[in-house]
Amino acid sequence: MEDFEPVIVAFCCHYCAYTAADMAGSLRLCYPPNVKIIRVPCSGKVDTIHLMQAIKGGADGVYVAGCLEGDCHFKSGNAKAARRVVYAKRLLNDVGIEPERIEMIMMSAGMGERFAATAEEFTAKIRGMGPNPVKLMRATAIRDPHNVSPAHKESAAV
Amino acid sequence: MITAERKPIQEIMNLVSPYKNLLLVGCNECVTVCSAGGRKEVALLSSALQVAFMKSGRIVHIQEMTLERQCDPEYIEQLVPHIDSVDAVLSLACGCGVQEIARRFKEKMVFPGVNTKFMGASERPGVWAERCQGCGDCLLGVTGGICPIARCSKRLQNGPCGGSSKGKCEIGPDVDCAWQLIWDRLKALGLQERYETLLPAKNWRNGRGGGPRKIVREDLM
Ligand code: SF4
Ligand code: SF4
Repeated sequence: MEDFEPVIVAFCCHYCAYTAADMAGSLRLCYPPNVKIIRVPCSGKVDTIHLMQAIKGGADGVYVAGCLEGDCHFKSGNAKAARRVVYAKRLLNDVGIEPERIEMIMMSAGMGERFAATAEEFTAKIRGMGPNPVKLMRATAIRDPHNVSPAHKESAAV
Repeated sequence: MITAERKPIQEIMNLVSPYKNLLLVGCNECVTVCSAGGRKEVALLSSALQVAFMKSGRIVHIQEMTLERQCDPEYIEQLVPHIDSVDAVLSLACGCGVQEIARRFKEKMVFPGVNTKFMGASERPGVWAERCQGCGDCLLGVTGGICPIARCSKRLQNGPCGGSSKGKCEIGPDVDCAWQLIWDRLKALGLQERYETLLPAKNWRNGRGGGPRKIVREDLM
């Protein structure tokens, strides 16, 4: 577990967080390569399903980075995204996964430093939490496609 | 529309836990509009369940499908090519859809993934409210277009009762008094005199009081 390097998916709004990431680049600020950025036209484009699919696909942490409150290019996309993040957190909680694996973050286009710091902090937090339990199971499933772990064989009858 | 709400994930997991291959079926009509059982909710529940099962050390295969309507036999037929490859069906349609699947596939267990709630309307994004109870003898024409059966807590036909206060029903401060709404509407329409006409006792046999109902249209048979 010590050499665990989390995979982080960051949905970044084109008008702020993505531009902030660019800015971080121009300022030659380092941020962890763990963060895989997906550019979206507005954070409001991100649906709960995208967040859940990322977790199902094995991401250890996911965040949506949208504009600062009141600053959304499309008026209220960031507020909508924030509500979906809350819903996704509740779903994670219901299925027994730490809700902190999904977060909403807000920043402006000029906040290159904030972008780098956020990437750093979020990656550190997830590193501390350990891998997404789903990822471990996926790895087993790939080794054994008929997978049912021995402990659960009996319950998976039929 | 018929409204519904997803059951708690844990309850759904308990229902389907003995099975390894599931067919998760949504419906493109009412439950899509009330965001409980359309294509999106099917995908969302599917990933949530898979995550939950993987977390507990199991892989459950889930095929996703969303039918145009689950309450019509011709659409249910679209499940035929898939049904043999699954152990059970989990339906996100209202109770009508679940029962149609059960009727068609006698050998296959089918589970409801939603709780069907009521016939209602969307008040604003994310809020649905009850509007009709299918009483079988619609009164809206005399009550100014506001239903006292679905919207008055006591289903009074000649209200309001003594519990009506400042436009709200005595059951809670968030519930409008249906009879206040009816009065306001009749007044706005200049039809106050209608309010004076007492409605006779309702024949509840036109509704569920008469047992399970059926509509038969020979011209369409
Ligand atoms: S009067 Fe009966 S049919 Fe008409 S809206 Fe009310 S419950 Fe529905
Ligand atoms: S207060 Fe109004 S809505 Fe509530 S039970 Fe009385 S008449 Fe019906």
